[in-house]
Amino acid sequence: MAAVSLKDVRKSYTSDLQVIHGVSMEIKDGEFIVILGPSGCGKSTLLRMVAGLETITGGEIVIGGRVVNNLEPKDRDIAMVFQNYALYPHMSVYDNMAYGLRIRGLAKVEIDTRVQKAAEILELKKFLGRKPREMSGGQRQRVAMGRAIVREPQVFLFDEPLSNLDAKLRVQMRGELQALHRRLGTTSLFVTHDQVEAMTLAQRMIVMNAGRAEQIGAPLEVYARPATTFVAGFIGSPPMNLIPKEGRLLGIRPEHLEPCAESEAMLTVAVDLIEPLGADTIVYGHITGDPDGKPDGDGSSARVAARLPANAVAQAGKLALRYDPANVHWYDPQSGKRIEQ
Amino acid sequence: MVENRPWLTFFSHAVLIAGVVAVAFPLYITFVASTLTLEDIVKVPMPLVPGPHFWENYSQVLTAGSERGAAAPVGRMMFNSLVMALVIAFGKIAISIIASFAIVYFRFPLRNFFFWMIFITLMLPVEVRIIPTFKVASDLGILNSYVGLTLPLIASATATFLFRQFFMTVPDELAEAARVDGASPMRFFVDVLLPLSKTSIAALFVIQFIYGWNQYLWPLLITTDESMYTAVIGIKRMITGGDALTEWHLVMATAILALLPPALVVVLMQKWFVKGLVETEK
Ligand SMILES: Nc1ncnc2c1ncn2[C@@H]1O[C@H](COP(=O)(O)OP(=O)(O)OP(=O)(O)O)[C@@H](O)[C@H]1O
Ligand SMILES: [Mg+2]
Repeated sequence: MAAVSLKDVRKSYTSDLQVIHGVSMEIKDGEFIVILGPSGCGKSTLLRMVAGLETITGGEIVIGGRVVNNLEPKDRDIAMVFQNYALYPHMSVYDNMAYGLRIRGLAKVEIDTRVQKAAEILELKKFLGRKPREMSGGQRQRVAMGRAIVREPQVFLFDEPLSNLDAKLRVQMRGELQALHRRLGTTSLFVTHDQVEAMTLAQRMIVMNAGRAEQIGAPLEVYARPATTFVAGFIGSPPMNLIPKEGRLLGIRPEHLEPCAESEAMLTVAVDLIEPLGADTIVYGHITGDPDGKPDGDGSSARVAARLPANAVAQAGKLALRYDPANVHWYDPQSGKRIEQ
Repeated sequence: MVENRPWLTFFSHAVLIAGVVAVAFPLYITFVASTLTLEDIVKVPMPLVPGPHFWENYSQVLTAGSERGAAAPVGRMMFNSLVMALVIAFGKIAISIIASFAIVYFRFPLRNFFFWMIFITLMLPVEVRIIPTFKVASDLGILNSYVGLTLPLIASATATFLFRQFFMTVPDELAEAARVDGASPMRFFVDVLLPLSKTSIAALFVIQFIYGWNQYLWPLLITTDESMYTAVIGIKRMITGGDALTEWHLVMATAILALLPPALVVVLMQKWFVKGLVETEK
């Protein structure tokens, strides 16, 4: 196990195509870090640079005190789990897991012990003789993890390993991943664009946007205090409302809005859409006196979503809402940065 | 599709049977002729049932060749053909699979240029470049040798192209997983790519074996020594000209013999061959 540090890591594919614009982060030994961001923001690229599958244009990556910039993947002591599993199709499950160990020249007995142990942990014992194509997606995913585990690496790298699974299996695998991390305690970097995955798995997460780290922090901390309007709008479902007010942006989470009498309304919206979800009801609308949802002057949308208790009577027309000023966030509309009170 | 249209069934069967007869009848005639004596063959009409001279004719050609045409034993020719077909098939596969591996998996200067150069030679079959190739072969002193029979035909743009297309469908992650596992490029090639390509290799082997076995023009040019004749050339040399002079029964026996190995390869490898053409295991 090892600490990993990224020091102003940059990546350009060509001289005018830079995709990572300097990411810095200290990852502690044994930490589970999630890299979260929308498609194309450079998550995979960053992970692949740590793996050694992509050259590093600038900055430094240190794994376990060793600068690995110019090391081959096999010399970095990492193991990677790919989105499409990348199992060797012609090898049995056992051979898939054993292959890396054989190349490393481990003794047969040692290889067998490790593979059996990993198979035990991942409940793959009865599949060891099968070929990948004879297994379901979830089982293949476990084999891919097994292949990483048997190597006993310093760092696990996961690139959207759950995105090919159905919703139910994803929840189950999420649990297994957490259990695995508790058990092995290996430093892990996990890429995803799914915020639920990020919130549930991460000890700390790094939210990326267009090749930059917008915010690094524990999930609840990121949720409670988004550092930028991007993070505010990316995390949470529906995301934080951003309402232009007095030249700034007022941010308020949908669940922090509550219906009230018209006289005490802090916000009045015209309801556009009501989504009863059972546990609660989400109401979408726009601020009244502003029929197109776009206030004059700045172009930001003044659409508002509110998460109301299921028993709240939601109906078309006007809805008076109020909020606790303690739950308000302020942002600078130009830089998108958070303004601390 | 389940349809009950008697006329359509009748018609399609008639067409199919006509097709089978058109292909099979000449083969049958060849076989019949190979069991007769020359006198029987030149008689009009020629008998349509096999005669009693099967062993006689076949052992004659296998061990001694014809009497008036080429006198080399056909056994020897078959061996030459076999060597030629096998070396060409294996050589083509070995060289083209390595070439495609380089083209697909390595970034080197002028990579695309080299690929297109190989690709363009697709348009240059043996016949087009035969004179310069002959000149080169004769300068190298490899006329009348196995090297001369095989080497100039080994480079294969077709096979290189096919393997390239196949490799491009193999997911990149497989190569990356192997890299993370610590496999060197050659190890990845041997442990992962080769096993994945085995059906393509089998299909190509069948195609190239037949291509090599059936080569006509090139061996005709460079083999003047009877002991280096291939079966196909043997047949050509046995036909000495003039119906009466040619020992047709021996020519036909040789033709049947020359036909067996390719047929055998196709039959034995049929399962693999079809698999390689229609399915990829990834
Ligand atoms: N080999 C390449 N050459 C040029 N540009 C590339 C290359 N690979 C990726 N990019 C670009 O780099 C950017 C980041 O790509 P990356 O694959 O890291 O995105 P991602 O965040 O993983 O997205 P996703 O969630 O869709 O996987 C994208 O804009 C992509 O177009
Ligand atoms: Mg990606």
